[in-house]
Amino acid sequence: MSLTKSFKSTGPRPGGKHGLSSQESRDPIGFAVAALSRVAQSDLIDRLGLRKQAEQAVFTVTRSGFRTMTTASRGFAKAGKRGKPGVRVPAAAPKGVFDLTPTEDEQMLVDVVTELAEEVVRPAAAEADEACAAPETVLKATLEIGLPGLGVPEALGGISEERSAMAGTLVAEALARGDMGLAVSALAPGSVATALALWGTDEQQQTYLPAFTGADVPAAALALNEPTVLFDVLSPSTTATRSGDGHVVLQGVKSLVARGSDAELFVVGAELDGKPVLFLVEGGAPGLEVEGDPGMGVRAAGLTRLTLNDVRVPESAVLGAVDGTTYAECVRLSRLAWCALAVGTGQAVLDYVTPYVKEREAFGEPIAHRQSVAFMVANIAIELQSMRLLTYKAAARAAAGKDFAREVALARKLCADKGMQIGLDGVQLLGGHGFVKEHPVERWYRDLRAIGIMEGTVLV
Amino acid sequence: MAINLDDPKKFRPLAGQAHQVAMNMLRPISRKYDRAEHEYPKELDMLAAMIDGLSESGASEGAGAAGVRRDDKGDDAGVRNGTNLASVMSIQEMCWGDVGLLLSMPRQGLGNSAIASVANDEQLARFEGVWAGMAITEPGTGSDSANIKTTATLDGDEYVLNGEKIYVTSGDRCDAVVVWATLDRSLGRAAIKSFVVPKGTPGMRVDRLEHKLGIKASDTATIIFEDCRVPKENLLGSPEVDVKQGFAGAMATFDNTRPLVAAMAVGCAKAALDLTRELLEGAGVVIDYDRPAISQSAAAAKFLQMEADWEAAHLLMLQAAWMADNRKPNSLEASMAKAKAGRVGSDITLSCVELAGSVGYSETELLEKWARDSKILDIFEGTQQIQQLIVARRVLGLSSTELK
Repeated sequence: MSLTKSFKSTGPRPGGKHGLSSQESRDPIGFAVAALSRVAQSDLIDRLGLRKQAEQAVFTVTRSGFRTMTTASRGFAKAGKRGKPGVRVPAAAPKGVFDLTPTEDEQMLVDVVTELAEEVVRPAAAEADEACAAPETVLKATLEIGLPGLGVPEALGGISEERSAMAGTLVAEALARGDMGLAVSALAPGSVATALALWGTDEQQQTYLPAFTGADVPAAALALNEPTVLFDVLSPSTTATRSGDGHVVLQGVKSLVARGSDAELFVVGAELDGKPVLFLVEGGAPGLEVEGDPGMGVRAAGLTRLTLNDVRVPESAVLGAVDGTTYAECVRLSRLAWCALAVGTGQAVLDYVTPYVKEREAFGEPIAHRQSVAFMVANIAIELQSMRLLTYKAAARAAAGKDFAREVALARKLCADKGMQIGLDGVQLLGGHGFVKEHPVERWYRDLRAIGIMEGTVLV
Repeated sequence: MAINLDDPKKFRPLAGQAHQVAMNMLRPISRKYDRAEHEYPKELDMLAAMIDGLSESGASEGAGAAGVRRDDKGDDAGVRNGTNLASVMSIQEMCWGDVGLLLSMPRQGLGNSAIASVANDEQLARFEGVWAGMAITEPGTGSDSANIKTTATLDGDEYVLNGEKIYVTSGDRCDAVVVWATLDRSLGRAAIKSFVVPKGTPGMRVDRLEHKLGIKASDTATIIFEDCRVPKENLLGSPEVDVKQGFAGAMATFDNTRPLVAAMAVGCAKAALDLTRELLEGAGVVIDYDRPAISQSAAAAKFLQMEADWEAAHLLMLQAAWMADNRKPNSLEASMAKAKAGRVGSDITLSCVELAGSVGYSETELLEKWARDSKILDIFEGTQQIQQLIVARRVLGLSSTELK
């Protein structure tokens, strides 16, 4: 009984408990069974010797309900001029020519990241999914190739000469081909850095970017999701109220926040004066609490639930505009990143099922010789290429500074629907083997459901 | 050299022109010829003359059925946006106007594409200006075109053709028919060649015209060949029976025309989407690109799904054409484009009828007509299932004996 009490409530849960709708009710037999179930549960905890762990204050992302303080930030030394606009990279020069060829720089990046995805990311994926955390070795490797600086202008220590949406998309795709969860984990800090590059004031850029382009890159998180059904990210419930003394007070809950437990810097979406706005919040701020929020997939990203209880930030913590335009652009660029991740994961599925169906035999020949199997693979290929082209179109437009709201919306719709179908078919093609963890397709099935749900988290 | 998938700037004026033609010439007569099936669309002669003029002046950028010829000229640096892209873009706009009327455009037949793809330079010059239909399908042979039974027997300086061809688009109106026939059935597909048979050649007769579900403005004919003699110079390309190269020559046409058929489906679907968007707005439903589909009305969410599928088909079509322009083998991409466009074409046009209710179902609007026109685009020139077979074989690296 005490077990259930030790789990702190995380506020009113939308929907019922244990996945039950409010229309369900217990009858006498039901009550008896429930009592028996509670007894059984506590025995299990003791039998497996987990009682001690349950009493530990150590934060574990795998077990939701244990809320702790966020990681204290390293204390970013204030620098730069308040009120001075930040450095911006120019948009890519728009070309009128239809072209599917990446630039030389982009191709080089893709080649490097593809190798990393194959050699370092994929081998670590299954265990990271289990542990709900990215191993240091993987994160270090991604830092070594300079990922956080991808969207940061050279003038600020990064590698970007022009808007990096296209390069970022290609990199996210290549990394996700290794694993989506690890890709998200690796790309989260760079996403915050890119946000600072795109919208930061001089003060914000000078204060925070040196850390992201230095040797010891902090974990960071872009927190926009909220635990509401039919959540509209453009109307967050998290509130930002002016306190009248040059500060703003943040109140609310953010869900599925990647790297929340060790993030030293958060970008949080909240409604200020009726408009959605982005706020920079340093880790360890009073009132900021984090607990594990593991999900169906993308588990290696260490998903967490972030609670803001009267978190005070200076007005200068606003990132970008207060009229909702920056927030909307951030949402669109995040959605673009998720499309890229979907394409990479979809490619992983296609690459995996193709040799499998050619080797696996049934009825005396490879199952690939049967049209129902072959057509399923063909349709994966067709829809994957569709997803890819829509994503690239949106990315190229974003990089050129063109309006891309329509294109990213269409890309997202397709990537969500067809991406999930690819995940579904990936498992189906492996039959029973697709259902067990010996093969990675079940993980990609779980990961691909995130598309269309996740907001923020990553950004190109 | 940088990724950019916006419609090529170079051809926007051309596409704009085609759009105006579609709007002002094709749409006004769309319903008329849908009702009066097989009546000759005389308005198209004027249009054809205009297009010929544009072709001459170069203003049409080589777009059209003949635009699919692969350029063997020397390599020029950089990325090309050439005649294949121009063709798909202008055909898309024309079919946004009316698919049946586009198919009835003089000198824009599939036979013209075949000539452009397979003819030698002498034939290309000789058949310039000839409107050519394509005759492949027979009563017993559809998808398995290697199984055709129409024969071509060499007799002196002439080939003698015998057989029955069905579903020949523009079979009645065209000036000549490109006929697939076999030189020797025992040698299999390698012996299949195409022959240009001018109308009026003794032994060739148009037997009947089909009554169809859609594209009624287009005449679809059954043509019978009884000891029909054609000069041997009318065999397109090489008369060699090359068992190794086999069927490839004839099939090469399809790599080039598949993106064009995809363009037809993309155009037809766009017509439905454009009108439906406006009808929905009139009913108070505005599509919001930033809010999640699930937070909008069912109609808006459905529209978003259709538009996403449409854009996918559009981009796959452009990719296939771009690869042809840049001399990259595009068999896989051409089939992907046709497969996607074919299936979403019908999904979109039929869903638009549903969304518009009785306004969509009634003949007062053109939505129901587009839903009837679009179906054939998933069938002719390689059915959906054949496209999936081609894609599957490519992706899986399987031959036609392994994956049937």
